[in-house]
Amino acid sequence: MFGYDSVQELVEAAEKQQKRISDLVIEDQMIELGMTRDELTGKMIDNLQVMKEAVNEGLVSGRKSFSGLSGGDAFRLNEALKGDRMLGGTLFGKALVKAIAIAEVNATMGRICASPTAGSCGILPAVVLAAAEELGLSDEEAAAGLFTAGGIGMIIAAKASISGAEGGCQAECGSASAMAAAALVELAGGTPRMAANACAIALKGVLGLVCDPVAGLVEVPCVKRNAMGAANALAAADMALAGIESKIPVDEVISAMKAIGDAMSPKFKETAEGGLADTPTGRRLAEKIFGNENKKNKQQN
Amino acid sequence: MDVFDIIGPIMVGPSSSHTAGAARIGHIARELLQERPVRAHIKFHGSFARTYRGHGTDRAVVGGLLGMFPDDVRIRDSLAIAEREGLKVTFETVSLRDAHPNTVVIEATGESGRTLTVEGASVGGGNIVIRRINELKVEFTGEYNTLVIPHRDMPGAVASVTNILAYYNINIANMKVYRPDRRGEAMMVIETDQEISRELVEMLAKLPLVIKAMNIEKCRR
Repeated sequence: MFGYDSVQELVEAAEKQQKRISDLVIEDQMIELGMTRDELTGKMIDNLQVMKEAVNEGLVSGRKSFSGLSGGDAFRLNEALKGDRMLGGTLFGKALVKAIAIAEVNATMGRICASPTAGSCGILPAVVLAAAEELGLSDEEAAAGLFTAGGIGMIIAAKASISGAEGGCQAECGSASAMAAAALVELAGGTPRMAANACAIALKGVLGLVCDPVAGLVEVPCVKRNAMGAANALAAADMALAGIESKIPVDEVISAMKAIGDAMSPKFKETAEGGLADTPTGRRLAEKIFGNENKKNKQQN
Repeated sequence: MDVFDIIGPIMVGPSSSHTAGAARIGHIARELLQERPVRAHIKFHGSFARTYRGHGTDRAVVGGLLGMFPDDVRIRDSLAIAEREGLKVTFETVSLRDAHPNTVVIEATGESGRTLTVEGASVGGGNIVIRRINELKVEFTGEYNTLVIPHRDMPGAVASVTNILAYYNINIANMKVYRPDRRGEAMMVIETDQEISRELVEMLAKLPLVIKAMNIEKCRR
């Protein structure tokens, strides 16, 4: 359990105690898990290490997934980054490369750290690792960002959902992006209130996004949506750091995300029956991967 | 839920339900079999049946049967490893009644000829529920250290086990006794707060009213 029911509560406590959100999350989880601060940070740094390894694997291997739908794009984008051919600047470019690298590794059964899920595992690590490299942060500082993201994630999971099968992609990649935006603000030295605004702005940007994976696999559009989730987080963090506020408070945005998810047709909740999965090309790819066996099973069920 | 449920677990992709959960069910089947499996017939139901190849659910279950945890990168190559280690695997897609969409039935044979059927469901986020062992319906999640003990359905059988656990300072978190009918065999499923040593499992197995004692280690996160 987490001792805070809303982001507002978390921000007010941080302001009152003049602490960062990550400090409050760590203090809360020390009690919850019966671990010391060092033990908690150590475990989070282990997760950070897995995230770094996943990026490296994704960049060097260029491995295709079993379905053949994904693989090799992180390498391609990294060549553009290395050749100074990206429009958005180094931090932005690095975040996109890392997000795709991790999502591709996930698709090839490589080792990843779910954050908050496997399908969205590229977003938060990408922005935290890119920011750590560009801002010169230590592992311990980067891990603090992950605790901030984890605190936001626990609140979203309790108030709404972090699962595509329950709330669509807005709940899965959307939550990851909102968590990442809040973490980025803290890593860049912004206030807890700015972090909450970044969280709200990021989530607002993806409200209504459906989960429509081609052939039901975590590849199309999931790999590139991880990159978009990272881009969305960076945009939201930049706005919040400049002092822009979300007109709709973050907790109300989270509630809206839940209401939209509840009203969303099951076709758009990871069933591969709507959206991109139900396009002519999406259906053709599914048929090519699973053949007629897929159709046969569908009838049985 | 704690912060490491959100930032974590560490696992091989691509899906916590279709890969990590499937590996855990395979791993539990291996622990219940208590020996090296030489043959496994694996039946997939529902979403597992439709997408098991693309999600590597087949590789995950086999990896688990070979003793791999959900974060083991060898899961990717588990089918080849199984062949090398003399585990013959076959797959079938089935349609079960009243089963969770992500259900797998594992029919395993060990090197001594011992057979075991386990039915498990992957219920989301890598969490699982074991629903059946052989013909007996059960329900446990592997979130605790779990003792599975078939025993003679007679007075004193349960007490003989719990007395030993008490003596060794093992606290019981949850416990259930399953009895399909009054034909003499029942099964205890005991979830404990502490780990159970191999010696203690052997001691429980030797109790007069105990038929077998199997121990499933708590899921590593």
